[in-house]
Amino acid sequence: MSELTKLTIAGARDALRKGETTSVEITEACLKAIEGAGALNAYVHHTPEIALEQAKAADARIGAGDAPAMCGIPLGIKDLFCTKGVESQAASAILGGFKPEYESTVTSQLFDAGAVMLGKLNMDEFAMGSSNETSTYGNAVNPWRRGNDEAALTPGGSSGGSASAVAADLCLAATGTDTGGSIRQPAAFTGITGLKPTYGRVSRWGIIAFASSLDQAGPMTKDVRDCAIMLSAMAGHDPKDSTSAELAVPDFEAMLTGDIKGKVIGIPKEYRMEGMPEEIEALWAEGTEMLKAAGAEIRDISLPHTKYALPAYYVIAPAEASSNLARYDGVRFGHRAKLAQGDGIVEMYEKTRAEGFGDEVKRRIMVGTYVLSAGYYDAYYNRARKVRALIKRDFDEVFAAGVDAILTPATPSAAFGLGEMAEADPVQMYLNDVFTVTVNLAGLPGIALPTGTDKQGLPLGLQLIGRPWEEGDLLNTAYALERAAGFVAKPGKWW
Amino acid sequence: MLDLTYEAPKPKVISGATGDWELVIGMEVHAQVSSKAKLFSGASTQFGAEPNSNVAFVDAGMPGMLPVINEGCVALAVKTGLGLKAEINLRSAFDRKNYFYPDLPQGYQISQLYHPIVGEGEVLVEMGEGVARKVRIERIHLEQDAGKSIHDMDPNMSFVDLNRTGVALMEIVSRPDIRGPEEAAAYIAKLRQILRYLGTCDGNMQNGNLRADVNVSVCRPGQYEKYQETQDFSHLGTRCEIKNMNSMRFIQQAIDHEAKRQIAILEDGGSIDQETRLYDPDKGETRSMRSKEEAHDYRYFPDPDLLPLEIEQGWVDDIEASLPELPDAKKARFMGDFGLSDYDASVLTAEVEAADFFEKAAEGRDGKLAANWIINELYGRLKKDEKELGESPVSPAQIGQIIDLIKSDAISGKIAKDVFEICYTSGREPEEIVETEGMKQVTDTGAIEAAVDEVIAANPGQVEKAKANPKLVGWFVGQVMKATGGKANPKAVNELVSAKLGL
Repeated sequence: MSELTKLTIAGARDALRKGETTSVEITEACLKAIEGAGALNAYVHHTPEIALEQAKAADARIGAGDAPAMCGIPLGIKDLFCTKGVESQAASAILGGFKPEYESTVTSQLFDAGAVMLGKLNMDEFAMGSSNETSTYGNAVNPWRRGNDEAALTPGGSSGGSASAVAADLCLAATGTDTGGSIRQPAAFTGITGLKPTYGRVSRWGIIAFASSLDQAGPMTKDVRDCAIMLSAMAGHDPKDSTSAELAVPDFEAMLTGDIKGKVIGIPKEYRMEGMPEEIEALWAEGTEMLKAAGAEIRDISLPHTKYALPAYYVIAPAEASSNLARYDGVRFGHRAKLAQGDGIVEMYEKTRAEGFGDEVKRRIMVGTYVLSAGYYDAYYNRARKVRALIKRDFDEVFAAGVDAILTPATPSAAFGLGEMAEADPVQMYLNDVFTVTVNLAGLPGIALPTGTDKQGLPLGLQLIGRPWEEGDLLNTAYALERAAGFVAKPGKWW
Repeated sequence: MLDLTYEAPKPKVISGATGDWELVIGMEVHAQVSSKAKLFSGASTQFGAEPNSNVAFVDAGMPGMLPVINEGCVALAVKTGLGLKAEINLRSAFDRKNYFYPDLPQGYQISQLYHPIVGEGEVLVEMGEGVARKVRIERIHLEQDAGKSIHDMDPNMSFVDLNRTGVALMEIVSRPDIRGPEEAAAYIAKLRQILRYLGTCDGNMQNGNLRADVNVSVCRPGQYEKYQETQDFSHLGTRCEIKNMNSMRFIQQAIDHEAKRQIAILEDGGSIDQETRLYDPDKGETRSMRSKEEAHDYRYFPDPDLLPLEIEQGWVDDIEASLPELPDAKKARFMGDFGLSDYDASVLTAEVEAADFFEKAAEGRDGKLAANWIINELYGRLKKDEKELGESPVSPAQIGQIIDLIKSDAISGKIAKDVFEICYTSGREPEEIVETEGMKQVTDTGAIEAAVDEVIAANPGQVEKAKANPKLVGWFVGQVMKATGGKANPKAVNELVSAKLGL
């Protein structure tokens, strides 16, 4: 078979089961592709030995007729996931050289299902960022370019390495995590499909925490079917994560009928932002038409508290982060600053954290510390929690009124140039999350998928938001939209 | 059952140069939950293990690790609440208390600030017969203990032992209802007693399994009553918190010193700074640890890793049904059913083991006699050997046998002491000792009469004197007892001597 790296999970699974190829062959092809793709800086830790060993084991299982869907599928793993014995640094210098003695629940479920780990993927430091530029490894690069322009573009963030690797066929799929849009925004920037499941659907155990009440891992894949297959393998109740839901995991792939007749799709007026590019506006309208043509009922809806979502998010997420990141103190693991004569514990903390954390992480720790401080807690943190409850209520009411899914743009723009935002106010960067944070605040499932390109040929994505725990239904709606949009473009190989 | 009523004790008054001062004390007691595993991890809580051997990944604050509540700890906290007649909150929640310290690996302690698992309760603190203080409990919350920093092993380095990190603590917070150093010590003692009865904390203060932060303020007489009426703290003085006390003696000393320090400042025209202080038992003084300005801003917020803790009333009811008889009820029962004095009942209910021992020994017998034997003879003998009741070589059944032997007139109270000593040292059964050693009391009046006749015949001079001075009967009784090796029934001897002397 040619172009093994271009296979989808479903395609590879079928080919493996038919004996048309082997996991070792696909894995070797991916490893070769990775070797030639240094310019994308998607992989930050390479694990070819582990990959080949897992691939051989997978081939044996396939040969023995014991092959779950993910068996033999080479994946990239976001650096935020703790992988036993392999560097897991959250793209931060403060975790320099950190190799956990444990395997995250998600990766161990994937590996138990026979999946293959090619290596660890680049990301924004501690998943804080929308462009991958806060990574200690240097940014990953989007395989897409604006026409013939050689300017490097961001793959988005924080799961930028994952997006870049999937889009450039450096793996069949990748894991991502999404706290405010970190799966969906990079998916949209790179023309791939990314799903953030309902909060509690996928275990957080072993995933380095950013904002615990918002973090959720999900699949980043080449199409909707792959998202369904991979989510089934990632999801499930985990007694080690108190926030994980005790719910059975359905066979999401089996729910992909493409039939959405009679489904009600909500179009929220508050997502029509001022100054939104025409192309995004048009993409959204086209998507709406496609769903309508597929038999869905389109309904204009209102989610009145949407405009408060971004400020609330940028209070809650930093607050939790400021506490979650307190453990990086140089005492037990990771980076510890060299101390001068007479330095005590306070100097050790200060120097270690000053050296180990990047600017964006420091900014959020300071914001988070501030909003939780005595005298400010009610004005910021408590108010943000109230807003969060209202945002959730907005969605509850819409769903209670019969809406099955909500269609919105995934991002306010196509991928932007690396370095373009260097001088900008950090809030400009935060605006990337404007369509996605509401979903995290409400704990809902959301999926971004490519439905078109802009004038310069860059992919653009739409987002579908579903009812809690109804990822199957959401994936099916996305599947219908995917079929209608027929997006097949791939980035031209320049790396 | 006896219904005991109590009078409130008088508050401690300290006379200053400008008049009298009263003390107002509130306590936060940290009681280590006697669970096998930690509050949020499966790591062992065993005391004295190799440093850093009882540490799960989550205890060490490793990246991506998550806490999972230990249901057993929750049950013990609920049990404690029920034992303190407190409200149980079916919905509580965990918050993070954020601060940096090397023995706090997560950078925060998981605690319950906003929604504790146990609400208002009450402890009756007895201060003598018929006198007791009702101390209101404000709340009990569950929280993690920190680890241990060791600074004296190396001149340049500090070491950290995380064995204790994450062990479950109950913080039992009282209202400022304690009015003197003795009351404070008695409060801790009573709390410890109840916790040990419940089996929810071993109460080992030396190991730090029970320790207290003590809030002390002083006010003028009358002010406290105003506070009581209004619950408005402005009627009271500014308080200082003395941290981490794990000895009842030091708690009393520290309160005393702290109150006098505050009074001296106030009488000098100064004012008290609200601050945290440490007690130095060597110097006998408290000193400032940190002022209000230096106080940490703990940035409490709900722990997003844990869902609110929801428990069911049925589960609480099951725990309530399993509660043992508690000290107050047991004491009242001992007084009512066995006729014990307040003092004896208090002594015998101090520890549940003592109460059980007593009940076994006293079952179907004279309770007062059993109490005397345990408190006077057994406790005295154990104390001499520096032994605990648990190590007693004499069993409750053996005490029971001794009582039965006395009651059936088989032995006198005096011989009983000899029997007890033999039993104590050899472990032999009292009945068998009496039998084998021929210690049985002589109740055969024929034999006693012969002995009496012999003594009277041998001492005609004394007989004459006795006729003039009947008190000398005692001398004859003594002689007869001597002659019979102490085995004669003293009552019978006494009667016979009096009759024969015609008195």
